[in-house]
Amino acid sequence: MNESALERESAAAPVLAAEGLALKVGERWLCCEFSLRLAAGECLVLLGPNGAGKTTLLHTLAGLREPDAGRVLLDGRAHAAWRGEELARFRGLLAQQQPDHFSASVLETVLVGRHPHLGRWGWEGPQDEAIARAALREVGLEAMEGRDILSLSGGERQRVALAALLAQTPSVFLLDEPTNHLDLHYRIEVLELFRRKVRDGAAAVMVLHDIDLAARYADHVILLDGRGGVVAGSCDEVLQPEPLSHAFGHRLERHELAGRVVFLPQ
Amino acid sequence: MSTIRARPCRSRAFGIIAGLALAAVAAFVLALMSGELAISVRSAAGALFEGDQSMEAQVVRHLRLPRAVAVFACGGLLATAGALMQVLLRNPLADPYVLGISGGAAVGALAAMLAGLASFVVDAAAFGGALTAMLLVFGLAHGDGSWTQTRLLLTGVIVAAGCGAAITLMLAIAPDTRVHSMLFWLMGDASGARRPWPALVILALGLVLILPFARELNVLARGELTARSLGVKVVRLRFLLYGLASLLTAVSVTLVGSVGFVGLIVPHLMRFVVGNDQRVLLPAALLAGGTLLTLADTAARTVIAPVQLPVGVLTALIGVPVFLFLLSRHRR
Repeated sequence: MNESALERESAAAPVLAAEGLALKVGERWLCCEFSLRLAAGECLVLLGPNGAGKTTLLHTLAGLREPDAGRVLLDGRAHAAWRGEELARFRGLLAQQQPDHFSASVLETVLVGRHPHLGRWGWEGPQDEAIARAALREVGLEAMEGRDILSLSGGERQRVALAALLAQTPSVFLLDEPTNHLDLHYRIEVLELFRRKVRDGAAAVMVLHDIDLAARYADHVILLDGRGGVVAGSCDEVLQPEPLSHAFGHRLERHELAGRVVFLPQ
Repeated sequence: MSTIRARPCRSRAFGIIAGLALAAVAAFVLALMSGELAISVRSAAGALFEGDQSMEAQVVRHLRLPRAVAVFACGGLLATAGALMQVLLRNPLADPYVLGISGGAAVGALAAMLAGLASFVVDAAAFGGALTAMLLVFGLAHGDGSWTQTRLLLTGVIVAAGCGAAITLMLAIAPDTRVHSMLFWLMGDASGARRPWPALVILALGLVLILPFARELNVLARGELTARSLGVKVVRLRFLLYGLASLLTAVSVTLVGSVGFVGLIVPHLMRFVVGNDQRVLLPAALLAGGTLLTLADTAARTVIAPVQLPVGVLTALIGVPVFLFLLSRHRR
């Protein structure tokens, strides 16, 4: 899979590209200049220890934050060249969970994802509702569309947020810890879901904590060590004991088990 | 209540708004009819539309109508301002009175009166005071990137206390000739409302200004980051909310004085009825706020007549227990 992904990288035009990108928070450089190219049909995973800048990088790729050096191109255009709603129809962000304070039904909340598809005075129509219901089915919440979001568990709220993102129907998914709050089988199901989306022509960038899941689902990996170091490349190139142990500050061993790569901390 | 109305629907929204508009008209008519001098619907209508010159008609035109317009506008202004602040802060307990915004407006207005400035300057100073108090409260409470409940309420209470002290100080040092008008302004019951019509116009304009952004407000309620990723210009929208909420509060305080808790209770009630879709909630809160305050004021001037209570006393008596109830329920 990784070989073919690499071939595609050279062939297809990138939907998401970064050139000479560098990020800093305050006076601390999170990552030195690096470049990335992501084509349709590819999945990029961002890995690194806490505070290494994975979320900052994701927000920069989403155009919610200016890069401190270099530039980010979506479909060949800088963020500034996109109109707000147009950009929101092209790329969607799953942000980390925020507390909710107001009652709303699950369906209403998912329909918020249709916002960039509606005009200023537009109301959600039957078609938007059908899209929202389909999105709820994809995350297994079809029976809960009338529930109040304030009464949901953390995992259910995460799936509602995922459904809202699916209802947004972007071509590029930017996912900040999509498996957060989820039980094991939903974790796999959600990653399989996005893997299918990617196979069908979307592209995905996801922040993950789990190296083994990254090994299973990524075509490319960017590993941030939080001290400015960046290792970027194919899954096989980056997910090696040396760079991982260095980034996470703990020795990791690579094993193959039933055809899968797993990393065990020493 | 874990299962709720599932989806936004335009025809249902129009139905709700039409129903509330009818209720508003009914409350208005009741306010014109009730009082020491009972007046029939027919006479009230005659006074308004046929240029009737009877004593009854004079009472309706020159006493009851301006007062009814003033309290309706005030209720609508405060309810809308409250609803806007609740979206802005993503906090259902935000209210112009609780957060000291009304106090800030009062400080501005009294300072202008103390300096002996013209009445339009007093109004401008009230607006400036509301804006400053809002800036102070929102700025100071904005600790870790979000407006947490405790910080927000504490800051609001402290700013309100500071405003109270400033008001007392100004009253203490004011020359006797001005104290009376300042006190009258401060007590601000609706019987003294001058010029109620501009407030109603500003209220209508405010709603017209914010309604095109109503769906963006729904998105904003999902969190700043999500809203920005969905193409909402959050900074611009926040400035609009901030400016409009300040303006509406200041106009209301200038017109009727400090009336508490309308901005808290009315949006809450309306959320139970219409849900949290701002496209419905904002006009619904405006109409319901106007209706409820009109009814409250009619009660305030008839229940223990001939004594006329300031309407703010009544809303505070109802509002304080409701607020405490909500606060205890929201502790999660």
